[in-house]
Amino acid sequence: MKRYLTTTVAATALALMLGFAPASAEERDPNAKPGGDIVITYKDDVSTLDPAIGYDWQNWSMIKSLFDGLMDYEPGTTTLRPELAESYEISPDGTVFTFKLRPGVKFHNGREMTAEDVKYTLDRVVDPKTQSPGAGFFASIKGFDEVTGGSATSLSGVTVVDPSTIKIELSRPDATFLHVMALNFAHVVPKEEVEKYGADFGKNPVGTGAYKLAEWTLGQRLVFEKNADYWNKGLPYLDKITFEVGQEPVVALLRLQKGEVDVPGDGIPPAKFQEVMADPAQKERVVEGGQLHTGYITMNTNVAPFDNVKVRQAMNMAINKDRVVQLINNRAVPANQPLPPSMPGYSKDYKGYAYDPAAAKALLAEAGFPEGFETELFAMNTDPNPRIAQAIQQDLAAIGVKANIQSLAQANVIAAGGEKEGAPMIWSGGMGWIADFPDPSNFYGPILGCGGAVPGGWNWSWYCNEDLDKKAAEADSIVDPAKAEERYKMWSGIYEKIMEDAPWVPVFNEQRFTMRSPRMAGADKLYVDPVHIPINYDYVYVTDVQ
Amino acid sequence: MIAYIIRRLIQSALILLGVSIITFALLYLLPADPVRQIAGRSATPQTVENIRQQLGLDQPFFIQYWRYLTNLLSGDFGRSYIQRSEVSELIVARLPASLLLMVGAIICELAIGLSMGLVAAVKRGSVTDQTLMVTSFVGVSAPQFVVGLLLLYVFAVQLGWFPIGGYGTWRHLVLPSLTLGILGAGWYARMMRSSMIDVLRQDYIRTARAKGLQRGTILLRHAFPNAILPVVAMIGIDIGIFMGGIVVVESVFGWPGIGQLAWQAIQRVDIPIIMGVTLVSACAIVLGNLLADIVAPFIDPRIKLR
Repeated sequence: MKRYLTTTVAATALALMLGFAPASAEERDPNAKPGGDIVITYKDDVSTLDPAIGYDWQNWSMIKSLFDGLMDYEPGTTTLRPELAESYEISPDGTVFTFKLRPGVKFHNGREMTAEDVKYTLDRVVDPKTQSPGAGFFASIKGFDEVTGGSATSLSGVTVVDPSTIKIELSRPDATFLHVMALNFAHVVPKEEVEKYGADFGKNPVGTGAYKLAEWTLGQRLVFEKNADYWNKGLPYLDKITFEVGQEPVVALLRLQKGEVDVPGDGIPPAKFQEVMADPAQKERVVEGGQLHTGYITMNTNVAPFDNVKVRQAMNMAINKDRVVQLINNRAVPANQPLPPSMPGYSKDYKGYAYDPAAAKALLAEAGFPEGFETELFAMNTDPNPRIAQAIQQDLAAIGVKANIQSLAQANVIAAGGEKEGAPMIWSGGMGWIADFPDPSNFYGPILGCGGAVPGGWNWSWYCNEDLDKKAAEADSIVDPAKAEERYKMWSGIYEKIMEDAPWVPVFNEQRFTMRSPRMAGADKLYVDPVHIPINYDYVYVTDVQ
Repeated sequence: MIAYIIRRLIQSALILLGVSIITFALLYLLPADPVRQIAGRSATPQTVENIRQQLGLDQPFFIQYWRYLTNLLSGDFGRSYIQRSEVSELIVARLPASLLLMVGAIICELAIGLSMGLVAAVKRGSVTDQTLMVTSFVGVSAPQFVVGLLLLYVFAVQLGWFPIGGYGTWRHLVLPSLTLGILGAGWYARMMRSSMIDVLRQDYIRTARAKGLQRGTILLRHAFPNAILPVVAMIGIDIGIFMGGIVVVESVFGWPGIGQLAWQAIQRVDIPIIMGVTLVSACAIVLGNLLADIVAPFIDPRIKLR
């Protein structure tokens, strides 16, 4: 018994994984000057700034500047680092995460943040009454099912050890859990303010972030003011950010040229894109970056002839992806695998299926379809998707496949995809997968795994490879950050195997183009930050302050 | 008179009830599931079902409609699934801007339309008349989206006289009012012209001329006040036309009114907001028409209400 005890303790001590150094060691831009204000425009009104609810690309970055989570990413990258946590420990089996909170962090109302707030935040986001679109991300926490089922109001796996320590127990090892804790949904909220405002907390947000909300005039503007008490000293650089809403992107571009706007939040309107890129003075102010997005064609493996792997492979060779990219003014890069290039785990060496209509036709003949066949291609009915579907249709016609286009409203396409034999082929444009967090597993479960191949699911290929599901579970149980590379390699292998079975034709990865005024400065990567869209408000600055 | 107004009010209420049933039915049939919008793609089927129950969206159509209607009568327009706030709050916040824009547009269309019609009637058959009538025709038929962007480009971007969209000062108001008013101005120019020509043919004008009154006096003192009567009676009906126009004009100029709210809601399939704005617009149109009918006999005693 005694021997048993000592060995366990030794093993535990050895296996304890400590979080990395606090964020204060990060590099700061030596040229950055504090002060000044900027103007950002948007077409749509901001929906909500409640971190448990906000889930569109417009409010995502705004919420990140008003609130903080236990984890975050180094600015402009996909590298995790502790944020409101000072450090963390993960148990050897990967199921217990203990976070030590940063001392002296205050909410905008002046109260100090404690472990109780973290627990309240997690209970709240999972509570069905909150109706959070992010609740599902926390499914690995112990007690999740009881709270969503209504038999408990508090997650049994989340324990406040002391005011500055919180322990979270999982029901299974989850390598993505640190990413989950960096999601907006896990950003810490103060109980008293949430209760004070009730359903209107999203209009009266109070967090710990670099900025606080100073003004919100519905339909007109939001003003963010620098949080002078921010725990990360020296940040943010800007004194004020004004978000003007209700501005058409074309008008915003005109105002940018007149110097009235610093960043058009909706980007460069498609109609003006070529004009901007052809003008050197304007192009110079455009920052291009990757996006965690893939546009793909699904082939329903339940429907003949797509139950034949050779047919699916032939489809992969038949599509001229360069031409599809040209159709959307080169605002994307051709894809050869499910993961986008900026995602960890992307296989740089993987060649994919080259565009080769002759080989595709030969493979079709080998599969028993020398004359081709007739099928249906579903696509969303908003531009540019019908145009892209037509390009795909032409490419398929060249190898003898007659694809009839079903151009439908988004909800109808999604419904058809979720039926077992509903849609033979779907072009994913307008519904393509954008990752919630930069981890390769995020592209698997719901869209390529067996779990998503259910009625109403997102796995529109109905591709289910139980062997790969096992490998995925195995990869995700590698929780040790030191073994991250090994884990990414496993994921690369999984996606390469998927491409052998070819349930998808990956077509392109959308690129982001952010335009900024000449006075805005800071590293380019801050303007195409993978998690802060459009820009990382906390780290950018202006050059015209004294 | 009172009996007439009461009868019209009852009719109006029935019209609004009809509008609410039709819009509710149309939006009910739309292929957009608000529960999925709320729940997000990471939601489990259990969560989706919970939310559906909480919102009462698992109930049959008529029960859902009945609940909507009874809430409506107590002033509750429901809650936007996407904006996550009360629809009534969103509409009330944006109503003043739309009203201001409409007042601006009425001033623009009357000033431009009446003066164009007056000049055309006086110079009847001349080149000036024809030019003005062609211009009014262009004004009636030009798409407001094009007119708005054109005005914006010329007067705001190139000449810099006015701000490029936005809201706040009288300078922000000019271009959107003009865009919205141009359509009506064309109408008014044509109506004013024919009405003025009618009046100028009347005996009392000939009498005035025979008395040796000055031409200007005849036109402005005797003819104009009579000629505008049928025209002014139309202002109430304009409100209905404006309700369609503000959706476009407010979006082009970034004007924070309910037209822009409607446009944003349509693009995001935000059903409760679309419902709310449709009902408010229907109310405005019905009230505008009612007002036009009630005011008419006061302006023109020849008209009798029955």
